[in-house]
Amino acid sequence: MSENPLQLLTASRIVVVAGKGGVGKTTVTAVIASAACRMGQRVLAVELDGKPQLAAALADTPGVEVLSLSAADALEEYLRDNGFKRIAKRLNSTGVIDVVSTAAPGIDDIVVLGKIKQLERSGDYDLIVVDGPAAGHAVTFLMAAAGLADAVRGGPVRQQADDVLELLGDPERCQCVLVTLPETTPVNEAIDTAFALEDRVGVQLGPVVVNALDAAALRTDGIADPVQLVQALETAANEGKALENGAVLLDAARFRASRVTVQRNELARLRDELPLPCVTLPQRPSAGLSPADVTALADELLAASTPDDRSER
Amino acid sequence: MTGSLASVVDSAEVVVCCGSGGVGKTTTAAVLGIHAARAGRRVVVVTIDPARRLADALGLDDGLTPEPTRVSLTLDRIGGDTVRGVSDDTVDGATADAVGAKNLDDTATGPGELWAMMLDPAHTFDGLVRSHATDPDQVDRILSNGFYRNIAGALSGTQEYMAAETLHALHHDDRFDLVIVDTPPSRNALDFLEAPGVLTRFLDHRVFKLVMLPTRGGLKVIGAATQPILKAMGRVVGSDVLSDAMAFFQAFAGMEGGFRDRAAEVTELIGSDVTRFVVVASPRTDTVVEATWFAQQLAEYGVEVGAVIVNRAHPPFADAPDDADGAGAANASIDAGLLAAAQTNLAELRAIHDAELEALGPLRAAAGSAPLAIVPLLARDVHDMGGLDELRRSLFS
Repeated sequence: MSENPLQLLTASRIVVVAGKGGVGKTTVTAVIASAACRMGQRVLAVELDGKPQLAAALADTPGVEVLSLSAADALEEYLRDNGFKRIAKRLNSTGVIDVVSTAAPGIDDIVVLGKIKQLERSGDYDLIVVDGPAAGHAVTFLMAAAGLADAVRGGPVRQQADDVLELLGDPERCQCVLVTLPETTPVNEAIDTAFALEDRVGVQLGPVVVNALDAAALRTDGIADPVQLVQALETAANEGKALENGAVLLDAARFRASRVTVQRNELARLRDELPLPCVTLPQRPSAGLSPADVTALADELLAASTPDDRSER
Repeated sequence: MTGSLASVVDSAEVVVCCGSGGVGKTTTAAVLGIHAARAGRRVVVVTIDPARRLADALGLDDGLTPEPTRVSLTLDRIGGDTVRGVSDDTVDGATADAVGAKNLDDTATGPGELWAMMLDPAHTFDGLVRSHATDPDQVDRILSNGFYRNIAGALSGTQEYMAAETLHALHHDDRFDLVIVDTPPSRNALDFLEAPGVLTRFLDHRVFKLVMLPTRGGLKVIGAATQPILKAMGRVVGSDVLSDAMAFFQAFAGMEGGFRDRAAEVTELIGSDVTRFVVVASPRTDTVVEATWFAQQLAEYGVEVGAVIVNRAHPPFADAPDDADGAGAANASIDAGLLAAAQTNLAELRAIHDAELEALGPLRAAAGSAPLAIVPLLARDVHDMGGLDELRRSLFS
């Protein structure tokens, strides 16, 4: 890769992180925010689901500001700022938001994107990383502006939709980073989503992040590579060399080699089918997302983004 | 004590698989279906947003459709090498080889059948409107209304509502003894439990009460344009959009009662003792937190967790006594570097396994007396009936 991964990931002021449930969107959002923060950027991380995980994941990176943005709050604020104070007040008590967003699907997405646009315009942040919706919804989320611009002919919402369309079409201001896992179905979905976003939204696509890659999948040198380890163990066994607990060691090596082969094949397929750079993040030995894991992954990302590369652009 | 996973599934008429996204709910639903079909039952599996690979694995070349399609249980591509590689002692390699390429229908205990279908919420919603409408004109007015199309396609909770509705319809379909449904990914158990009420709750909003007056024939839309709140809404979303909404309420008048009664029936079935909830998770802290919360919500709602299934856990690789296969007589010593690499690999896999087991703690506690089954991560991705059947064997052995 000629350019460094962090620079590619943060090439726009707003980065929307998208991917199917379970692929680690929140992890990737936190890692990008943490790495950029440690490079001295003023970073805002935004989550949209009301999940506490993003703030928790960034507990060790106090420099990153975390904002929880709900459609209801964004709509209320938007209406208040646009001369609809009275209805904004009654919004939640009457459930108007459900009715409004059913009458004009996508309006909730538009006000959220509009709010993000406003934060970007404020100049308070160098980078805004958004823990985006799940893959299927990412397309609808980012499509909302185009759909609404067609449906609503005038008024403040139309203006908002036009502003959001302009934002999405400007690669300096906004890009979408897809997250996937090195497995068949997530890779299929990442490919489908990438093409859908390209064709139907026209938003700039940043690098694809392949999360939770077994670090051994990248080892190609000697017996650190599980596939070569299996071969060496089998050769040794054939030569009659003894190995304490050999059956278990061989089983474990074969299992690892098989998983690593799947991951390598999926990574190759992704690179083959999508004309986008890939950034890999290694699988952590822990079974979850701790602030320490985020810091460690951000370290990896920073290490892969050497100062020499950074001066290239 | 609820007993084994098999007894939970075997005694159910409806199984609801729930959990957050990406934990393998759909695959689990298919595997439970294969188990029940092999046990001689006629099973239909309803999935939402199935991955292409699942349709492929089920041998459905044209993909899953909104109508139930019969699935062959034949293991056409099973091969020792393809599906082996898991050193989990729950997987009986000898059985896997013996089954070989045989048709499992031969070995099943009865005339079991497996059917699969994909949920199409908008299509299902249209069907509900047809069945509750009083005349064809009302059907036309509703189905062609833009606001209705938004409800059927985009109203939050509609997918869950239609999943519950489909489950009810299939439960009363004589072709099937067991309905297995995988719910839309959700953090919230109530999304599904309360789904049947989503439309009636929507209609109960005060904003509609402002514009609807009860009349002898049902509800009547009154002077919408005169209501300040609606005027304001019209300015926000456009007056065309708002008049569509008003036209929908006018057309819908008279049908609320039917929808309400049906929703009550569906809710009753979901809460009844023929229905079992299976919470699906993966062995990671984040999904365990979600699954645990899910189980607690079910309990608070008075619904028992039938079983918990944890997908894709790393196998344990326990120390086994050395045998001829691995060690044999020590006639030469192995290269120290090779030994170290093999031990490092084993240690890394065990560290992941241990971390996963530890992460499962809260979920075990939340499962209470319900069985908790762990499905091992296979050496290769599941891509055919052989792979699905290997999961079944590890789950039900």
